Amino acid sequence: MAAPVTVRVQRDDFDIAAEVSALCRARTDVGAVVTFSGLCRDEAGALSALELEHYPGMAEAEIERICHEAVERFGLQAATAIHRFGRMEPGANIVLVVTASPHRQAAFDGANFIMDFLKTSAPFWKKEHHADGSAGDWVSAKDADDAARDRWTRR
Amino acid sequence: MSTVNLVYFSWVRERIGRPEETLDLPENVVTIADLLGHLKTRGEEYAAVFEHANVIRAAINQEHVEHGEPIAGAREIALFPPMTGG
Repeated sequence: MAAPVTVRVQRDDFDIAAEVSALCRARTDVGAVVTFSGLCRDEAGALSALELEHYPGMAEAEIERICHEAVERFGLQAATAIHRFGRMEPGANIVLVVTASPHRQAAFDGANFIMDFLKTSAPFWKKEHHADGSAGDWVSAKDADDAARDRWTRR
Repeated sequence: MSTVNLVYFSWVRERIGRPEETLDLPENVVTIADLLGHLKTRGEEYAAVFEHANVIRAAINQEHVEHGEPIAGAREIALFPPMTGG
């Protein structure tokens, strides 16, 4: 049986505990669950909100492709990835990745892999809104994110 | 002449001033690189957006492609800056 992959792109918030429960429901073979969640930070008070734009359809397809690759590469038992879009204020959840495996290393590596590829290939863009009311700009892509992706050299 | 739907995101969308448009492309527009060159001739805002074409990413029918990719058969071509999700 192929490992279940759950991907959602949504405006609404998510419940981390509920997603972990759903992923483990009715199975007793999981030994390790790793969750990563990314939040909107306030940049020392300078940021009032982030606006997340996405490419509907392609966003879901890219994240699914990445999750299936992680499942195959690390032997994950299940993977869930949820990415929000719209306006997010500091403290709000933006993204969630949950991975399950029999032992911890695969779950850690799988979650790390999914996030590194999600950041560089899932079609989302962040725009900043400044706390002082001045016009914010689009967040620039970081070379460090490309480098993080590139350390997962193809086997 | 071929007709293609173009969709724009992030600052590409903002600077061009619309999220999408349908264009008839001349026959000498074969690849994404050709398309970017063609768009640069459509006015000041296009010329500004595509001046540094190497930073622009492209997707054909919702899959990432390089600038050398042929666009024959494309229903939808998306142009956008490097992604900043997560």
